[in-house]
Amino acid sequence: MRGDQDLSEIRSIIARHKAWDLIFMIVGVFVLMIALLTFMALFAHMLIDGSPRLTWDFFTSFPSRRPGSAGILSAWIGTTLVMVVTAVAAVPLGIGAGIYLEEYAAKNIITEIIEINVTNLAGIPSIIYGLLALGLFVHQFGFGQSILSAGLALALLILPVVIVATRESIRAIPVAIREGAYALGATKWQTVSDHLLPYSAAGILTGVIIGLARAIGETAPIITIGALTFIAFLPPAPFKDEFPFLSFEWLMAPFTVMPIQMFNWVSRPEEAFQVNAAAAGLILVVMTLTMNALAIYLRYRMRKNIKW
Amino acid sequence: MPLPVTTQSSDVPSRSKSLGYSYRRHLGERAIETLLFLMASLSVAITLAIVVMLVKESIVFFEHVSIWDFLTDTQWTPLFDDAHYGILPLVSGTVVSSGVALLVAIPLGTITAIYLSEFAPFSVREIAKPFLELLGGVPTVVYGYFALLFVTPLLQKIIPGLPGFSLLSAGLVMGIMIIPYVSSMAEDAMRAVPMNLREGSYAMGATKFQTAIRVVMPAAFSGIAAAYILGISRAVGETMVVAVAAGMQPNLTWNPTEPAATITAYIVQVSLGDLPHGSVGYQTIFAAGLTLLLLTLAFNIVGHVLRKRYREVY
Repeated sequence: MRGDQDLSEIRSIIARHKAWDLIFMIVGVFVLMIALLTFMALFAHMLIDGSPRLTWDFFTSFPSRRPGSAGILSAWIGTTLVMVVTAVAAVPLGIGAGIYLEEYAAKNIITEIIEINVTNLAGIPSIIYGLLALGLFVHQFGFGQSILSAGLALALLILPVVIVATRESIRAIPVAIREGAYALGATKWQTVSDHLLPYSAAGILTGVIIGLARAIGETAPIITIGALTFIAFLPPAPFKDEFPFLSFEWLMAPFTVMPIQMFNWVSRPEEAFQVNAAAAGLILVVMTLTMNALAIYLRYRMRKNIKW
Repeated sequence: MPLPVTTQSSDVPSRSKSLGYSYRRHLGERAIETLLFLMASLSVAITLAIVVMLVKESIVFFEHVSIWDFLTDTQWTPLFDDAHYGILPLVSGTVVSSGVALLVAIPLGTITAIYLSEFAPFSVREIAKPFLELLGGVPTVVYGYFALLFVTPLLQKIIPGLPGFSLLSAGLVMGIMIIPYVSSMAEDAMRAVPMNLREGSYAMGATKFQTAIRVVMPAAFSGIAAAYILGISRAVGETMVVAVAAGMQPNLTWNPTEPAATITAYIVQVSLGDLPHGSVGYQTIFAAGLTLLLLTLAFNIVGHVLRKRYREVY
């Protein structure tokens, strides 16, 4: 008799504990739903408010005092040019640093300091980079409140992302590849440039895209260097008719970028401007999401295709 | 077909000259190594530049304002005629908005991490993880817009009398924004717990939930703590959400339903105006920035140490 009672007691305890499993499953799904629904609400709100403004004119007009005729021409061109500077500065520097730390660096205190530093840089708030750029690029180097200053500030910001991506994708290459190259008499740089870099290119590209997606949306550092919010003109064109066909005057031009334009519109009391903000925000979200999705897809493909 | 045998006049096997030691090649390799080293050391230079720049301008600032006033004065009005330079109102705004954010991000982030690491079927995880990553990629100014124009009106229906700018709505949105950071790092820590710990627990008759709470979480404790601390550092340094949705008026308050400025929002406010280089107003943002850097640095170091610990255990 006693045994039966014990058994049913145990069964009820198990049932109770299993019920907790189920409850937690439901809570987990519910929490994931909160995140999903928040994003849906965010996107839907902007879509409903902003979509009427998404006409061709919106892309080809300058900002204006009249919300109905204001557009984002100077903002998207500014964003494109700033991103060019950021990519040109951050990509070679980040890849170089990543290669050094992964392939060349000896295990010593200097390497350790550099590694801790990279981790640390990734944790510094973006607005601090803005203050650095304000003091260093804008005033010390005299670049002014220009595309160059903004691009370099964002380059410093995404440098850790590129470094970490480079290191991780180089580390994933088996040692046998290196040993094979050395066995055939390749020098270290030949090994790196002919084997390691091509094999890790997709991984590095993923990191670069994620970094640039982050840079496109960054607002705080650019506000800090003093980007103007009302720019109704374009920087000088980078191409010319006569020799040498390229002009770098645009580097020093004042500018505005997409997130700044959006911030400017959001902080105005008139509702009509906030509709513009919704439209600009929609474009911004679509841009960053596309880039992030591309990066995630690349990484997924890589994981599937590469079998060392 | 047999290979033609070349006969050598001497006993030394011939070899191409290019295989020998080449001074030029050696020099080239060294040059590349040096260049790469310089690129890597740039990260140290950036850190130094940040510290030097903030400290340099702050020193000038502290010649005008005593550190005692800076830390104890309860008003922050550097741009008024009657200037007060007390950092406390900005710190209180930062603490309250970050506090609200963490009340959202830590529980929800932890539940998400436990669910994804211990409970979710493979297919759910494959979809949820990239989705959370995308959520972390949305620009912060967009979240600011969302807080101001969607969450605040919603909250005003629940809490009548809530002003148009409030720490509460900025904090809530910031919390949702931080969930992906907290959950992905906490999940990494939990997945690093070896399978045999779980198997041991199941063998003793524990359920999934009991295993997750009593075995996996304690084993991953330092990693989860690191996730929380990096979440805090993230919240403290967040700028655009608070600048848009919490107002930019310094206000010494611990009440989340009031508007107030954070350290970061103050820097934004000053930068939007046109302050001359070298004025006290210009230097205040560097002093505020230095405070922010020290705060986040402290959190980051603790987080780094904790994370290193869980990596070393297994």
